[in-house]
Amino acid sequence: MVLNVNGIKREVTVDPDVALLTVLRDYLDLTGSKYGCGEGVCGACTVLINGNAERSCIIPVGNAANKEITTIEGLEKDGKLHAVQEAFLATDAFQCSYCASGMIMMATALLKRNNNPTEDSIIKAMNQNICRCGAHPYILKAIMLATKP
Amino acid sequence: MDSSDYSSLSFEPNVDELPPKSNYDFALDRRKFFKITGGGLIVVFVVKDLFAFSNQNPAEAVSSEPAGVESWIHIGEDETVSVFTGKVEVGQNIRTSLSQIVAEELMVPVMSIKMIMGDTDLVPYDAGTYGSLTTPQMGTQLRKASAAARQGLLDMAAKKWNTKATGLRTEKGMVLNVVTNEKISYGTLTKGQQLMFAISDNVQVIAAKDWQVAGKSLPKVDQRNFITGKHTYVSDMKLPGMLYGKVLRAPSYGAKLIDADLTQAKNMSGVIVVKDGDFIGVAAPDVKSATKALQSINAKWEEKNDHPSNANIFDYLVKNVSGDTGRRNSGTTNGDFERGLAAADIKHAATYNIHYIAHVPLEPRAAVAEWVNDKLTVWAGTQRPFGVQEELAGTFRLDKQRVRVMMPDTGSGYGGKHSGEAAIEAARLAKEAKKPVKLVWTREEEFVWAYFRPGGVIEVNAGVNKDGTISAWKFINYNSGGAGLKTQYRAANQQVAHVGSNSPLRQGSYRGLATTANVFARECHMEDLARLIKMDPLAFRIKNLEDERLITVLKSAAQNFGWNVSKAKDHGHGIACGFEKGGYVATCAEIKVNGDKEIKVVRITQAFECGAIINPHHLEHQVIGSIVQALGGALFEAVEFANGKIINAGLSSYRVPRFSDIPKIEIVLIDRKDLPSSGAGEAAIIGCAPAIRNAIMDATGKALNTLPMLPNGILA
Repeated sequence: MVLNVNGIKREVTVDPDVALLTVLRDYLDLTGSKYGCGEGVCGACTVLINGNAERSCIIPVGNAANKEITTIEGLEKDGKLHAVQEAFLATDAFQCSYCASGMIMMATALLKRNNNPTEDSIIKAMNQNICRCGAHPYILKAIMLATKP
Repeated sequence: MDSSDYSSLSFEPNVDELPPKSNYDFALDRRKFFKITGGGLIVVFVVKDLFAFSNQNPAEAVSSEPAGVESWIHIGEDETVSVFTGKVEVGQNIRTSLSQIVAEELMVPVMSIKMIMGDTDLVPYDAGTYGSLTTPQMGTQLRKASAAARQGLLDMAAKKWNTKATGLRTEKGMVLNVVTNEKISYGTLTKGQQLMFAISDNVQVIAAKDWQVAGKSLPKVDQRNFITGKHTYVSDMKLPGMLYGKVLRAPSYGAKLIDADLTQAKNMSGVIVVKDGDFIGVAAPDVKSATKALQSINAKWEEKNDHPSNANIFDYLVKNVSGDTGRRNSGTTNGDFERGLAAADIKHAATYNIHYIAHVPLEPRAAVAEWVNDKLTVWAGTQRPFGVQEELAGTFRLDKQRVRVMMPDTGSGYGGKHSGEAAIEAARLAKEAKKPVKLVWTREEEFVWAYFRPGGVIEVNAGVNKDGTISAWKFINYNSGGAGLKTQYRAANQQVAHVGSNSPLRQGSYRGLATTANVFARECHMEDLARLIKMDPLAFRIKNLEDERLITVLKSAAQNFGWNVSKAKDHGHGIACGFEKGGYVATCAEIKVNGDKEIKVVRITQAFECGAIINPHHLEHQVIGSIVQALGGALFEAVEFANGKIINAGLSSYRVPRFSDIPKIEIVLIDRKDLPSSGAGEAAIIGCAPAIRNAIMDATGKALNTLPMLPNGILA
């Protein structure tokens, strides 16, 4: 099957019921998306599919074929970080950073929908992602920073 | 291989205590060191008293091989300063703070420092990254080693220029002659040399008040790798020909394997199946094949049937005392408790309960193992690389020299990654497969087969006089650990003890484990005593405190919080304080009771002091992170178990704090440049639960004495 990942068409030989996350990590060596829970409730595996934030750990890869998939590796363009990444960098927001790519992808999808969200709507959207180090206040700060032009 | 017992091993019998200092004798081999590093200057920090110094020089060139090296620094010809330490990075940002310490003393740019951490082949033995020890111990050593190295470089330059070292100074990795304006870089100075200095404990270091690099909020050193997804955690690794491993788990704790039919699994192409004692595992070229092979195994187990559950756990812990009182802080008796109690104006007894909770590191246990010519190499996410090395050497009956454990910066630990289960499992499979094997635990495996913060019961009985003096204090802790057991308050007649219980669940270290429980019970009880004698809870505490550092954080938290400011209707204020491993903390909490009795934590103000601050931003990270983590155990986290099974072994059923749970948090950091820097990973977690409980008491008069206090968010 052909997957369109980060603007590149990639051919993979895999059963369509294997989780998208597994294919990204084990077959395409895109390990920026992480495994955290396996049931779509921690957000560590978040990727964009056709621009929407999705949980790649519970999506069969067959459902993602012929769609535009963006992973954390696809945010940086020509050595230039995405504005959301820049905001996280400026905030020094993470500790262990295992949740980082999921948080950044989730925030990217949120800001794509609404580039000037209220703090309440950020909290509501980000509530689906878990950070165990308790960096939440900094993550919110980074997203607020990314909303500014 | 007898693999049946390692998963049930109680890793640390005294749950909150540190393992004893190892007798491991790291023989310093100059040739080996220079083989690793190339030429240049090596400075080793030698454990005090183990190395005899012939003179008063802080740094002395040595040709023999001293034992007991705990860390070392190499200055290379390319100006790179390599720091070798057994400490590991789990998100606490010591890669950054230790770099700052070295940069400060050695006067080199932070960017020129390379931290080599937790690789058992390259770094000196270290018992592990726990107990808030990195900053006070490793930080201090590296500070001294760097200072000695700088002195050594000055001496070398003085010799080269035929002048006195006192006329020279150092700056940005260069030695300068202020008179002649000559300058030379450290790398050029050490070029072609193989010099080794051993240093003593009495070397002069730069005072914290004069720090230029330490004491500043430098960003995480390799942050960009993490926000671009480029950092390779162990679970991200891939070696050529690598297989993916899976292990068959027992259906319940203590179950014995009776029989297993492996035929189907063995017939699957490319699948390796291992049965060794009670261990059954598979490895396959992809995860799906490994999972299919595992599922095809028909195993019969004999299950135990006398398991307690979380519903009766507190009664169980009190009735099943193990007699283990812990090595430290096991208890004390002062005066005559009964007489003190009889004489008190007011008596108050209460029992406090603490449920088991899980660490839930977002990266579960992961390991990649590879055997080459009978040498085993394992990459593992662990807080104790040398501990895992020992486990592997013991399990596979290998000399430790034949086992190399490496620890790439891992996806957190919180005290939960001290053991090497995944490493042993991956190594066993890799041995059979004769190929590298990666094994990443599922979230469910991490919940069920790792270890927990222990549950416990604390019984407190106290007598207080109307003038605010405490005349009797009895404090008995069952199974929650001995650290922080003794009260910081003046109390005339005391009986304090910690008693271990036979835990039905595997229990082990956790961030601020015992002190969290002991401070909760103590600070709740202090609150209730203050209320009984109608004294302000803050004034009651200050009246009975002696430690100035504790009084300072208490006053500071209260002042910033607005302790005496009137509060809105249905709001409550609570306060608590304590200390742990060199960190002093006071927490104020405000809660709100909604109409339906839902309790919401509105805001938290926390003052924290741990000596001279090395990195204010990362310290604040630790303090806020501790508060957020504390909220879970305080309000809703609890392991549910029955019949030897964990009932809520997933993140959809075990609730951890999320964005909507986080109140407004205000942190007050007190920078004591006159005091040595202490670790900050643990102490900041202890004040939150009692401050919230006391705020609920303030608003409702209800004493919530069991952690978690509000599993459903609603006041019963």
